Amino acid sequence: MNKKVLVAMSGGVDSSVAALLLKEQGYGVVGAHMKLWDYVDIGGDIYKDGRCCSLDSITDCRMICDKIDAPFYVLNMSEQFRKTVIENFVSEYRAGRTPNPCVLCNTNIKWAAFLQKARELGCEHIATGHYAFVEKNRHNRWQIRQGVDSSRDQSYVLWGITQEALSMTLMPLGPLQKHEVREIARKYGLRTAEKKESREICFVADDNYRRFLREWEEKQGRTFKKGDIVHEDGSVLGKHEGTAFYTIGQRRGLGIAHPTPLYVQDIKPATGQVIVGDNSALYKRELTASKVNWVAVPPLSPNSSMNITAKIRYQHQPAPAILTALPDNNVRVVFHEKQRAITPGQSVVFYEDDVLLGGGIIEQ
Amino acid sequence: MEPIYLDNNATTPVAPEVVEAMLPYLTTKYGNASSVHSFGREAKVALEQAREQIAAFINCEPSELYFTSGGTESDNLAVLGTAYHYRGRRDHLVVGATEHHAVLEPAEYLHCDEGFALDILPVDGDGFASPDTLAELVTDKTALVSVMYANNETGTIQDIAALTKVTRETGVLFHTDAVQATGKITVDVKELGVDLLSLTGHKIYGPKGTGALFIRQGVKITPLFYGGSHEKKRRPGTENVAGAVGLAKALEIAGKRMEQDFATHTELANYFIDEVMKRIPDVHLNGPRTNRIPPTVNLSFTGIEGESILLSLDMEGIACSSGSACTSGATEPSHVLIAMGKKSVDAQGAIRFSMGRSTTKEQLDYVLEKLPPIIQRLREMSPMYGR
Repeated sequence: MNKKVLVAMSGGVDSSVAALLLKEQGYGVVGAHMKLWDYVDIGGDIYKDGRCCSLDSITDCRMICDKIDAPFYVLNMSEQFRKTVIENFVSEYRAGRTPNPCVLCNTNIKWAAFLQKARELGCEHIATGHYAFVEKNRHNRWQIRQGVDSSRDQSYVLWGITQEALSMTLMPLGPLQKHEVREIARKYGLRTAEKKESREICFVADDNYRRFLREWEEKQGRTFKKGDIVHEDGSVLGKHEGTAFYTIGQRRGLGIAHPTPLYVQDIKPATGQVIVGDNSALYKRELTASKVNWVAVPPLSPNSSMNITAKIRYQHQPAPAILTALPDNNVRVVFHEKQRAITPGQSVVFYEDDVLLGGGIIEQ
Repeated sequence: MEPIYLDNNATTPVAPEVVEAMLPYLTTKYGNASSVHSFGREAKVALEQAREQIAAFINCEPSELYFTSGGTESDNLAVLGTAYHYRGRRDHLVVGATEHHAVLEPAEYLHCDEGFALDILPVDGDGFASPDTLAELVTDKTALVSVMYANNETGTIQDIAALTKVTRETGVLFHTDAVQATGKITVDVKELGVDLLSLTGHKIYGPKGTGALFIRQGVKITPLFYGGSHEKKRRPGTENVAGAVGLAKALEIAGKRMEQDFATHTELANYFIDEVMKRIPDVHLNGPRTNRIPPTVNLSFTGIEGESILLSLDMEGIACSSGSACTSGATEPSHVLIAMGKKSVDAQGAIRFSMGRSTTKEQLDYVLEKLPPIIQRLREMSPMYGR
């Protein structure tokens, strides 16, 4: 019998083509869409096109699975998603940090709950439409290597996957360029061929996280504490509606008249202060990170070091650095050159060339 | 092996005799029942004959029967229609805890957005509501009580006559959703003592998109649709003549077969329940063993999610259901089982097998062969079972 694979389908062109290619390769494809949230709960425009988890996207998945003769199911994971991803998203902002929900979702939902579902359904593999290669390397470790289309690299949000989970994972789009994926979709008449892609946070439908935080917390009966916007020199420059609405490096929306541009330097929920200052003060060389997961290499023993390149946010150009392992799955990363706006809560992801070595969550 | 269909509470195939009865009204006798000419008259006569037949089936006057597009519309028209009529004078509703969403959601809407007070009539562990509890909830401000006759998830047959006794004493209107009951057990509006009753065609081998609402003579409702005098202005829209004819025919057949089907399904269901319990440990029947529409068998398998059982069975060619499906097709924990006091783990592990006319012992034996290894495999992987 053919090996069965549960394909995570968002309703976009990438996962559609991933399902199609695996079918062509002879896998027993089962399509599945993870229902992660309801519009009722997250607010925003229910009729907005092309969003994952919208009914139209589910219909797209359904029609494509029918076309490639694969069963299709919608898996309700909204409860786990709310507990693991959304509640963390809110509490991180409240703690003055800037979370990355996609990382948590990949680590705890896609490569955990979804993978468990695959096992339950008797599938040997799961597959996604990421542009990357999953392969075994010379350390006998499963690794994620950037796909041929490096402009589509999403490895930044994949660092939390365990070795066991990776060993079950297929990413059939690794060898393809985005335009080739679209061509395949067109050739086979897939209805998602021309679909626009969305790269924002899926449950913040209007890409306005402040609106989301306000509405979500209002529903839970929680409020935000107003406080002062304070200059680095100690002078109070203005008021804010809650520290949760700020992120390090932010310039716009401070509502302060000042002769020089001001940027958020630090967020202090304990004292209710948002600290602002010059752009130059945002540059730092060093960070520590926690909850480190190693992918392509075995876990580093404490105090040993290695040369890496590191990314501190999704759109960051990887920069050379020296990584030193600390006890308890922590690391210190010292960049060769100062980097702008190192932000607690975001991920720091380590690379060697195009191979994902591992990652962690920035603490300071 | 041909796929096995054990989801007859969701829908049924249209019986060949029903198709045959409908065909003329889809092809040659296509007139608009409101037209004056011969084509129209022919259609109108068919519509009224269907109405007479269905009315006789539930023991009401033809003038008390209104055609709708199905169970959901009938339920909505009953709940919203009476509430809108009484608004300002009677601003209170009572609905059963285990109602279909077609009753619950309009009631919740009236409560949240239109200022109606809403009380939920609780049920016991088998899904039965108590007349005494109802008596405590009903006041002279109550516009409507709505409690379903036979439950779609568990098959529990509610003692509607005992409940309507309470409302009749206080002069409060009573609606019952008889979508799952009609055609499976006797539905007599006078015996039940109801003022409104919803029924549908597609659960009893009739066409989808057909249904009716019984509205007792003298009961006033505000329509939901406007734009014509069809159905005495209570439900405007060109009549679905073929659908009405199909619905009548489906009920006629169901009536003839009722006793025989009831006996067959009781035997099959008892066999199935006993065998499952013999072969698999930690299984519970949700709902009562008797006072249940027999084709409905709702089982909880401790420690595993119904969703995983459902999908695994589907891959073996066995179609059943878990909880109630929302628009997306994702399964959600059943509000019916939660209302019956089931622990949420048991409610999560619930699976409904609903038999139909095509169900055979051989099919059930096939399920009995496939089910135990699936349950065992899922339990071995489950962090919730036996740890």
